[in-house]
Amino acid sequence: MSQLPLRAQLASALGRTAATLSRATGRGDGSVIGGRVGLALEPDLLRQLAQDRKLALVSATNGKTTTTRLITSALQDLGDVATNAFGANMPAGHVSALSSAKDAPYGVLEVDEKYLPEVVDTTGAGVIVLMNLSRDQMDRAAEIWLLAQKWRRALAGRNVHVIANADDPLVTWGASTAARVTWVSAGQPWKEDSWCCPECGGPLDRKGLDYVPPGGHVSGVPGQSTQAENDWACRECSFRRPAPSWILDGEAAIDPQGRRWTLDIQLPGRANRANAVIALATAEAFGLPVERALPRLREVRSVAGRYTTVERDGRQARLLLAKNPAGWLEAFDVLDPALPVILSVNAQGPDGRDTSWLWDVDYRVLRGRPVYVTGERRLDLALRLDVADVPFQLMGSFGQALAAQPPGKVDVIANYTAFQQIRSEFGRAV
Amino acid sequence: MPSDSVLRLVWIYPDLLSTYGDQGNVLVLEQRARRRGIPVETVHVRSADPVPESGDIYLIGGGEDRPQILAAERLRRDGGLHRAVARGAAMLAVCAGYQIMGSTFGGEEGQPVDGIGLLDIASGRGGARAVGELVAETDPALGVPTLTGFENHMGVTRLGPGVRPLSRTVVGTGNGDGTEGCYAGKVVGTYLHGPALARNPGLADLLLTWATGAQLPPADDTWFTRLREERLAAVLPRQ
Ligand SMILES: [Zn+2]
Repeated sequence: MSQLPLRAQLASALGRTAATLSRATGRGDGSVIGGRVGLALEPDLLRQLAQDRKLALVSATNGKTTTTRLITSALQDLGDVATNAFGANMPAGHVSALSSAKDAPYGVLEVDEKYLPEVVDTTGAGVIVLMNLSRDQMDRAAEIWLLAQKWRRALAGRNVHVIANADDPLVTWGASTAARVTWVSAGQPWKEDSWCCPECGGPLDRKGLDYVPPGGHVSGVPGQSTQAENDWACRECSFRRPAPSWILDGEAAIDPQGRRWTLDIQLPGRANRANAVIALATAEAFGLPVERALPRLREVRSVAGRYTTVERDGRQARLLLAKNPAGWLEAFDVLDPALPVILSVNAQGPDGRDTSWLWDVDYRVLRGRPVYVTGERRLDLALRLDVADVPFQLMGSFGQALAAQPPGKVDVIANYTAFQQIRSEFGRAV
Repeated sequence: MPSDSVLRLVWIYPDLLSTYGDQGNVLVLEQRARRRGIPVETVHVRSADPVPESGDIYLIGGGEDRPQILAAERLRRDGGLHRAVARGAAMLAVCAGYQIMGSTFGGEEGQPVDGIGLLDIASGRGGARAVGELVAETDPALGVPTLTGFENHMGVTRLGPGVRPLSRTVVGTGNGDGTEGCYAGKVVGTYLHGPALARNPGLADLLLTWATGAQLPPADDTWFTRLREERLAAVLPRQ
């Protein structure tokens, strides 16, 4: 790794300097700006930095930052791991991550779904981790059937080992051209984007489960699903769920030998248990057995501010990030039903400027608890809750919403820039 | 709608065309009917199932290219929607669903795909994607206030003599010729995507009036009005 050609070494060093400056001037964590400078000088830099390392790429609509962190923690049992821990998940961020850990023999990179084909090609990564695909930031044309089609083309005929969620039909379709796939039953609470077969367009049947219209719950408890409900098959062609070798079963992972491991991780919620099973399957692909990987997953408490608690004047607010309808569904699963909840929604560039997605979220689960609404697009959310018959109070800012609470705990769900605003005002402890 | 029965909403193919919060139009119609004492029953028609003919208001939403083509094929084969509209049912068709209603629309590679011919329009693919806020002045004959919403499409739509423009654009692209959407009889099409009725309760009430044949009592519009005012102020140039 230290044998980079001179031009690449120079580009990489300059990139690191820019990143340091960016951090020093307080303009960010430095991971993107460093990579941009590096890439401008040496377009082939990423390819060279990736050479001779054992790399895993992690992509999905939701959970990629957390899963990247979990896999990284596990692989640190084997040696140093380069990773883009701050979610800078495009090639510039990858350059930055790899050049700041030049001698690490392992790398775990979170990859934006749209960039996956390009990054697979550039890095030649041996392990690709694919978890879920659902509607997200529609104003930027995230057409997910098209995206899955591009994954198929990128993986076909390549010597890669894919770890993929068999319960998500679109992910299964996107992954199934790969030469080798380890299928994981990681669940799929959000089903609105996969009632139709990606192969032929016919209806997908799910065992023991009739079609549930958008906004309806799939089972009595949202976010909980049984193995039977995770099964699916096309009514009109041969496309169906592959048999999984790893299974998330409630609080436990079942490994390919049928052994049951109680996960007992600190990160809350069903989605994180799903991320953990995926991480265990990925660790095994690197030769790391469950008994060594799982204790490391249990050490992870918060990821880039997600699930951390910020405090002011005796109010402790736990921060949950939810960027799209599937993410909100998973966040509701984490909420403490005994606590009030503050919801904050923005529509800046990174959030998507269109708030239509609010109508895909079923907010009725919030009835019966105090709900406070804030954020730059609070009126969009206010109307949405009014139509859902969820009582709420409108607040001018997150600070006001927090001050309106009695001392004690409160849960917060915010979308991307709203979340970042709260973190920068109330503390960035990771 | 028979006076003794419930208002029947039919949401067509949410499994193919509900990508952009299209459910919002169903929820807004349900709420505005119920709050005026009109009982509502909503049917979700999956694309593998027949479209019932006895609905009062039909809704069809937006989606990607492939689902749009599949939806057009199935609606043509099924024929239920054609019979419902011929019977005098009202309909709101949004974005991809709007394009389907015409004689033709642009497919994945821009190739012409047959529509279902319920509106005298023809759509194709434009040069650039129209993404952003849209404001348009509604045809005065409809008595609906200024339209506000979000558009996200690559379509260009030509209106034939059998339809009238729904509105004239002030901000945004719409059909591409200075007009936005169209209507004929009780069928309305628009590029305002997703939950168009959430920002335009007047349009929701127009559909309800058409379907019930009755004058509607006023509804509590507090949150609708605040959102409309905020959006219009954010988008329109300062006076
Ligand atoms: Zn099929």
